[in-house]
Amino acid sequence: MTVTALSTSPKMPAFSRVSTVDEVGVNERVARFQTRSIKKESKIEALHMILSMIDLTTLEGQDTPGKVRQLCQKAIHLHDAMPGLPHVAAVCVYPTMVAVARDALGNRDIGVASVATAFPSGMSSREVKLEETRTAVDAGASEIDMVISRGAFLQGEYNFVFDEIAAIKEACGDAHLKVILETGELGTLDSVRRASVLAMHAGADFIKTSTGKIQPAATMQVTFVMLQAIRDHYRETGRMVGMKPAGGISKAKLAIHYLVMLRETLGAAWMTPEWFRFGASSLANDVLMQLQKQATGVYQSADYFSKD
Amino acid sequence: MDSQVNKLAFNDGWQYAPAPESTDHIQIDEKYDLFIGGDFVAPDEGRYFETINPATEEVLSSVALATDADVDRAVKAARKAYGGWSKMKAKERGKYVFRIARMLQERAREFATIESLDGGKPIRESRDIDIPLAAAHFFYYAGWADKLEYAFPGRNVQSLGVAAQIIPWNFPLLMAAWKIAPALACGNTVVLKSAETTPLTALKLAELIQDAGIPAGVVNIITGAGETGAAMVNHPDVNKVAFTGSTSVGRIIQKSLAGTNKKYTLELGGKAANLIFADAAIDQAVEGIVNGIFFNQGHVCCAGSRLLVQESVADEVIQKLRDRMDTLIVGDPLDKNTDIGAINSMEQLETIRSYLKIGEEEGASMYQSSGDVPDRGYWCRPTIFTGVSQSNRIVQEEIFGPVLAIQTFRTLEEGLEKANNTPYGLSGGVWTDKGAKIFKVTQAMRAGVIWANTFNKFDPASPFGGYKESGVGREGGLHGLDAYVKVAS
Amino acid sequence: MSIAEAAARLPVDKTYKIYIGGKFPRTESGRYFALEDQKGRVIANICRGSRKDFRNAIVAARSASPGWSAATAYLRGQILYRIAEMLEGRHEQFVTELVLQGVARRKAKHEVNATVDRLIYYAGWSDKYQQIFSSVNPVSSSHFNFSVLEPTGVVSVLAPDDSSLLGLVSNIAPAIVGGNTCVVLASESRPLCAVSFAEVLHASDVPAGVVNILTGFREELTTQFASHMDVNAVVFCDGDADIAKLIQIEAANNMKRVISRVDTRWSEDSAQSPYLIRDTQETKTTWHPIGG
Repeated sequence: MTVTALSTSPKMPAFSRVSTVDEVGVNERVARFQTRSIKKESKIEALHMILSMIDLTTLEGQDTPGKVRQLCQKAIHLHDAMPGLPHVAAVCVYPTMVAVARDALGNRDIGVASVATAFPSGMSSREVKLEETRTAVDAGASEIDMVISRGAFLQGEYNFVFDEIAAIKEACGDAHLKVILETGELGTLDSVRRASVLAMHAGADFIKTSTGKIQPAATMQVTFVMLQAIRDHYRETGRMVGMKPAGGISKAKLAIHYLVMLRETLGAAWMTPEWFRFGASSLANDVLMQLQKQATGVYQSADYFSKD
Repeated sequence: MDSQVNKLAFNDGWQYAPAPESTDHIQIDEKYDLFIGGDFVAPDEGRYFETINPATEEVLSSVALATDADVDRAVKAARKAYGGWSKMKAKERGKYVFRIARMLQERAREFATIESLDGGKPIRESRDIDIPLAAAHFFYYAGWADKLEYAFPGRNVQSLGVAAQIIPWNFPLLMAAWKIAPALACGNTVVLKSAETTPLTALKLAELIQDAGIPAGVVNIITGAGETGAAMVNHPDVNKVAFTGSTSVGRIIQKSLAGTNKKYTLELGGKAANLIFADAAIDQAVEGIVNGIFFNQGHVCCAGSRLLVQESVADEVIQKLRDRMDTLIVGDPLDKNTDIGAINSMEQLETIRSYLKIGEEEGASMYQSSGDVPDRGYWCRPTIFTGVSQSNRIVQEEIFGPVLAIQTFRTLEEGLEKANNTPYGLSGGVWTDKGAKIFKVTQAMRAGVIWANTFNKFDPASPFGGYKESGVGREGGLHGLDAYVKVAS
Repeated sequence: MSIAEAAARLPVDKTYKIYIGGKFPRTESGRYFALEDQKGRVIANICRGSRKDFRNAIVAARSASPGWSAATAYLRGQILYRIAEMLEGRHEQFVTELVLQGVARRKAKHEVNATVDRLIYYAGWSDKYQQIFSSVNPVSSSHFNFSVLEPTGVVSVLAPDDSSLLGLVSNIAPAIVGGNTCVVLASESRPLCAVSFAEVLHASDVPAGVVNILTGFREELTTQFASHMDVNAVVFCDGDADIAKLIQIEAANNMKRVISRVDTRWSEDSAQSPYLIRDTQETKTTWHPIGG
């Protein structure tokens, strides 16, 4: 996992140069992505890519070590009946479960991502958030998914939000940082654009749509706006930032639409687990069912795929 | 911003496999006759001409060449049917037109597929835009048939008689709908000629009209070229002429009609300007540019073929435009992923090519999208020219292809002046986040259709037509009824 | 089946329920009244709708209102065309019901035909009435000023008693084509067609709650229809001056728009016009500067 550090200490972006976003125009472009017809070998390739990009997630109050171990088992053995499948990119858990996950995964090339910073609300002090981050990293997390302070952002306290992200990034050390914008609470696409720019300038390695704990979670519209922000950032600075839509993507067909959108906005360089992830729990089985259908020509039943 | 630094790679990696629309459910006959008086009848001189698929250069079918005698027959059939049709209870007339609408919805996929085969436009466009809009036009005007007194309050509204209608090749079925629907709703009968290179969907429409039980002679559909059209325009028993096509032919028609009592509407060429202000939602503006000039291969009279971008955002806009162009898929019209289809004919391709040459000779810089095009067939990649000014021929003349000329402006006044500095006046676009500016620009722009923060949007309820040499008259909406009625006190 | 068998076969009669929120419940009150033909034989037991049914129907209509008013004019028109198609397909059923309720057969046929045509008429207005009644207003300041119609919201309708199908639909169609949702009280003396019409609506892609149909006694329900605080407009088609006055008084509680269509001759062309659509529309005027 390559972490591209900022070459200089982070500086606030000039918001006056951030373009506004027209919602109707975005909806039209998104609708066009959804008319792409992905078939045959390109469909199979897409389905494999999706599996390799999944962060298999469990973030429930009722999670236990047993539950997390089951999840890791699924991460390693998606569907042994089908040979040649890629493994998922990472598992995503609460900080208290990081050690369990790392242990269950051994030294396989599957990341352990931990949420931190008082996920999902973000309503806690800077000290607590920093402490939580360090604890997760020490326990073995290779990736940290933080949440921004939405209240502060909506109040226009951009410096506060910026400083927070920069501080957490520092506390991450070698772990890479995903910044969750919680787009469902930001209200407008203009805000999503601004928050994306803010997060990237503050040092985010990835920007992520949602915690998955509120509705709406990821949508193609907010993802599109974020991808365009990443593209502009790359053109301006040469620095690549990754993207992760999370929540609400449970069907392979929808995930393929996201890949189309990714390809036509950022191009081939981003089409790997290093730069794009799906935050999902039940997506994997739907993808497996589609793969099986492609291989056999027969529509599948959920009964034949393990639910962990 | 140098486009070579921090480049994005759109043509590497994961590709889309071919996703062809199936053609096994459609029916194209080997030969088509003329639809006159409710039947398909052989042409008087027994001559036929071929229509080809511009993506493969293969022959699709042979269609009849209507000569003067055929035109005369068609007009007579329309006149004969006019008595019964115009005296029918208006609501029954409306229900006949509603039948056409409904059947077009039922047969939509077949029409869309044939439209793409015959004309070269992508199946996604025919399927999602052309055919649904055509059906919607019939629905819209069906509803007006028994409501005309509300469109012309206090006036005595009457139909005109026989309408001669000549349509172009860029939206074949949609243009047929734009012409036939309001004419019928207002109680007229019709002789319609499709374009030489795209006769098939009009002929399928003739079959549909027959199947729908529309009374014989109310709609007559003939095929032919320029001479057939001239015969229609000059026929003494025609009350109204409707033409969509080039300004040069429109001028000939207007002259031919001088001294006659025939009413006419003309929808002609354009060279629309799209103004992007610095305070626009830039990414959506770029998408609007792309929609405005590259879709339908730029074969759009109201295409946004001139981009006027405020200088402070010009580099950014052009960079994004190039990126977006590189993701456009040029190819087989029947592939569901194709964005840009085939150029409609060799003739049109040669016209476009000559302008590309003129552009380069005039000293402009040309950029074309990357990506493959097929070997056979007629293709032109999306193209932009920078380093041009008002006096360049490629800025003044209508090219009718996927070619955009880009200029900069500094103030609103300058942008408006450049936008209006053309003999055309069909359409225009303005992109800004500021509401007051939108209304100021739309007030001052001399064009019949102005799109603010969008482009190339069409709806049967929305009037369409040009100022100046872009034509006279409006199609669509309440205003579109004017063309087909006589209003007396 | 032989003639003897056919004669011995017992037909399965329909239960006439009410229509609320896209479902067919019975009245929550459990009450009924027996509808008799001219020979005094019972045709059906009709739900005697209660004020609670009406309250439930208004909740359904209000909840359907945002979605329906946001639907495109084109879509609303398509749905009305569909209702017409479905009704045309059930022509015979409706003629039979009208005849059962004492309408002469020839008149019944005309009534059903006229109802289908009236639906087509209003379907055709969906994407046009706005063009007739809206305006751009030439104010003297540098402002773009425009007035458009918007649906008033939820409309309660006391449908005509005599014209139990045509009159019913002549009031539903203009209200809903304009984006309103409604709760309708069927004719008391001839309630059958209203319930069957609910079935037609149900088969026509009309979203649940856009039209709700109750049967019952005028005397019991008129006050409810006129007084409910979450109704935006009340339409009535029968009654004397006292009834009209009662309705006006009750409606004043929340400034409902009161629309009297008493003495309308529903079978004539004069009974249909875009002004019936405008009756249940509000006018909104917006100003915006024109400048740099």
